[in-house]
Amino acid sequence: MGTQMTELDTDQERVAPTPEREGDTVRMNMIQAINSAMDVMMARDPDVIVMGEDVGFFGGVFRATAGLQKKYGKTRVFDTPITETGIIGVAIGMGAYGLRPVPEIQFADYIYPGLDQLVSEAARLRYRSAGEFTAPLTVRSPFGGGIFGGQTHSQSPEGIFTHVSGLKTVVPATPYDAKGLLIAAIEDNDPVIFFEPKRIYNGPFDGHWDKPAKNWSGHPGGEVPTGYYRIPLGKANIVRAGEALTILAYGTMVHVCRAVVEEAGVDAEIIDLRTLLPLDIDTIEESVRKTGRCMIVHEATKTSGFGAELSALVQERCFYSLEAPIERVTGFDTPYPHSLEWAYFPGPVRIGEAIKKIMKDA
Amino acid sequence: MASETRANLKPLSLHVPEPKFRPGDEVDFADVEVPPAGAARRPDTADRADSFTELAYTLVRVLDDDGKAVGPWDPKLSPEVLRRMLRAMALTRAYDERMFRAQRQGKTSFYMKCTGEEAVAVAAAFALDRDDMCFPSYRQQGLLIARDWDLVDMMNQVYSNKGDRLEGKQLPIMYSTKEGSFFSISGNLATQYPQAVGWAMASASKGDTRIAATWCGEGSTAEGDFHSACTFASVYRAPVILNVVNNQWAISSFSGFAGAEATTFAARAIGYGIAGLRVDGNDALAVYAATQWAAERARTNQGATLIEHFTYRAEGHSTSDDPSQYRSAQEYGAWPLGDPIVRLKQHLIGLREWDEERQAAMDKELAEKVRAAQKEAEKNGILGHGLHQPLDTLFEGVYEEMPWHLREQQRQMLAEEQASGRPWARK
Ligand SMILES: Cc1ncc(C[n+]2csc(CCOP(=O)(O)OP(=O)(O)O)c2C)c(N)n1
Ligand SMILES: [Mg+2]
Repeated sequence: MGTQMTELDTDQERVAPTPEREGDTVRMNMIQAINSAMDVMMARDPDVIVMGEDVGFFGGVFRATAGLQKKYGKTRVFDTPITETGIIGVAIGMGAYGLRPVPEIQFADYIYPGLDQLVSEAARLRYRSAGEFTAPLTVRSPFGGGIFGGQTHSQSPEGIFTHVSGLKTVVPATPYDAKGLLIAAIEDNDPVIFFEPKRIYNGPFDGHWDKPAKNWSGHPGGEVPTGYYRIPLGKANIVRAGEALTILAYGTMVHVCRAVVEEAGVDAEIIDLRTLLPLDIDTIEESVRKTGRCMIVHEATKTSGFGAELSALVQERCFYSLEAPIERVTGFDTPYPHSLEWAYFPGPVRIGEAIKKIMKDA
Repeated sequence: MASETRANLKPLSLHVPEPKFRPGDEVDFADVEVPPAGAARRPDTADRADSFTELAYTLVRVLDDDGKAVGPWDPKLSPEVLRRMLRAMALTRAYDERMFRAQRQGKTSFYMKCTGEEAVAVAAAFALDRDDMCFPSYRQQGLLIARDWDLVDMMNQVYSNKGDRLEGKQLPIMYSTKEGSFFSISGNLATQYPQAVGWAMASASKGDTRIAATWCGEGSTAEGDFHSACTFASVYRAPVILNVVNNQWAISSFSGFAGAEATTFAARAIGYGIAGLRVDGNDALAVYAATQWAAERARTNQGATLIEHFTYRAEGHSTSDDPSQYRSAQEYGAWPLGDPIVRLKQHLIGLREWDEERQAAMDKELAEKVRAAQKEAEKNGILGHGLHQPLDTLFEGVYEEMPWHLREQQRQMLAEEQASGRPWARK
């Protein structure tokens, strides 16, 4: 187990977020950046409220809401009963009144009881009431694997939500992006699912689980403005420019791909999608037309995963530019295992093999 | 937002529950009502559920402050059974201590103790038949221990090692044993509740004699599954015992966030028209008696009983939290219902069937037994150190028969293993 975060070992980040100062920009880990986004938005807009299991006095099991109840009071930052149906449903009702709720679902693996309220209600409210009612909520939830969390603390269910018309889905890959995207999500008038890759809460992860964990201090994405800024939803980020191949990734996999590409010495262009829906299709098209090759990497299972949608889009729009079949590198189509986590996880070996395959005739 | 026309009305205000004590606070539980042992009546098991609703608001207690068993709920167990019950509770505590420490030593990823709540599971297991089906939450390891389940087998699961019957697929402590009539534990709260009702309905529809029992924490009663289960249990008079373990805390949230400021958890039964009992959960005899009574109702087609076990979570929620961050450290010491092991011990000593020397000797023996079991289990490996399951087992058990795409992915994984150039490089 050694260096990696042990399952749910949230104790290690028990300190309330007090980022290091450096002018207007400070060093933050992703939890602190998320905390800062909510703090900034609560200060700007009295209608923003934060709710969820253990988010109040305790400040959340990952400490993402630490200090907010003290600052903004119990009626704006409160613990909820343990019912995800209730949390989402109540947030929709509060949104209907005019508030801007930011509910937390403690782990994405526990979002399913809230699915009916999300899929049948939040997603369709604007449509079915011809805009009379909307659901301006941002559902935050830690997701993804790499922490020995077993099948109930590791899943990546984003594909369930991108399949639902009316929902937006966002996944940040750095503290800087997390804050800017979360602010944009809170300001958005449509329901947003904001999945936080918990494996990179404390630092970028290169996929080598057996090497010492890094923190955010050496990464430019760990420099975060203290005030308000937004990163528009629907805008991808080219994290590495390249000519040989386009890699589409998001969340933890952005960092794993980057490390693999550097190690393999391939001139890949890595696009961090940041928002899965609405998707930045222009950036993707432009890149694939240039490189002629496209690889899609996500932790989630393969079948009917978001990679299938990406693959179809690229094929439909860039077919005549493609020089090799599109590659999908994903988690395997099994429930998330416990002991064989690193055999399951789409790590450096799986990505490396896929790069060899797609570059074979280059 | 208040509109002009309503300006003469008083503004509304939102109530948000707050626990009595936070870190650093002096604790005084004077307002926790503890009725005297023996005071609650014991209705006939054939009585209508709505004829004894007061039992949902009191505490069924058998052991008084001196450790004497009093009143109509005294199950009058033989000293031999009492000693076995005490032993199972002490073994549960010793097992928890050991496994918690193993997690701290990095031997596994996760652990959860049931310290202070041992009576809830152990006494229930003694009152149920060995083949009555249990649908537990993650905090009823006492059921398995009371059923004499092999400690090494349990530890193998905690370590996800090569002796783990669950093949390293499930999070530690999420045991499963059909042979032990113990349903596969889920990490998703309260899902077991309707499943237990379904099992009980099936047993009834088949003319079987076995009943089901399920457990969830007080926090989990907020989940819709809990309420669906109560509705089905009521509608079909399912032969099931619905246990709510009210240990006052759900991670950092006190029971008020599940509704305890307004009423009891046992009182949930009243609205559903099922029998409700509120029991001193640190009194093994009361837990035994209530379970036995509920089992008799179930076996005679009187339907479900909801039992609230009033107890206290003595330690952290799991290895992942530090309770001193959100509750007063004094709480457990001040808890008015004491320690379930100490209380049963005191009872046996009062009967002159036990003494401190034998208790000390037993504790020593159990610590040794657990240590020996741990040694044995660790021969099968610990989490993260070596490959305990063949790689390709990852794909087994998703379906009864493996579809083509999984066979393909299985081959892909083995090829990756080769490509890595290191045997079991991703161990
Ligand atoms: C559906 C679901 N939501 C949230 C969680 C996270 N979670 C795990 S345990 C827990 C608290 C449960 O408290 P309680 O029901 O009182 O049981 P206790 O832990 O006290 O035994 C929470 C919120 C979960 N496991 N499943
Ligand atoms: Mg509880």
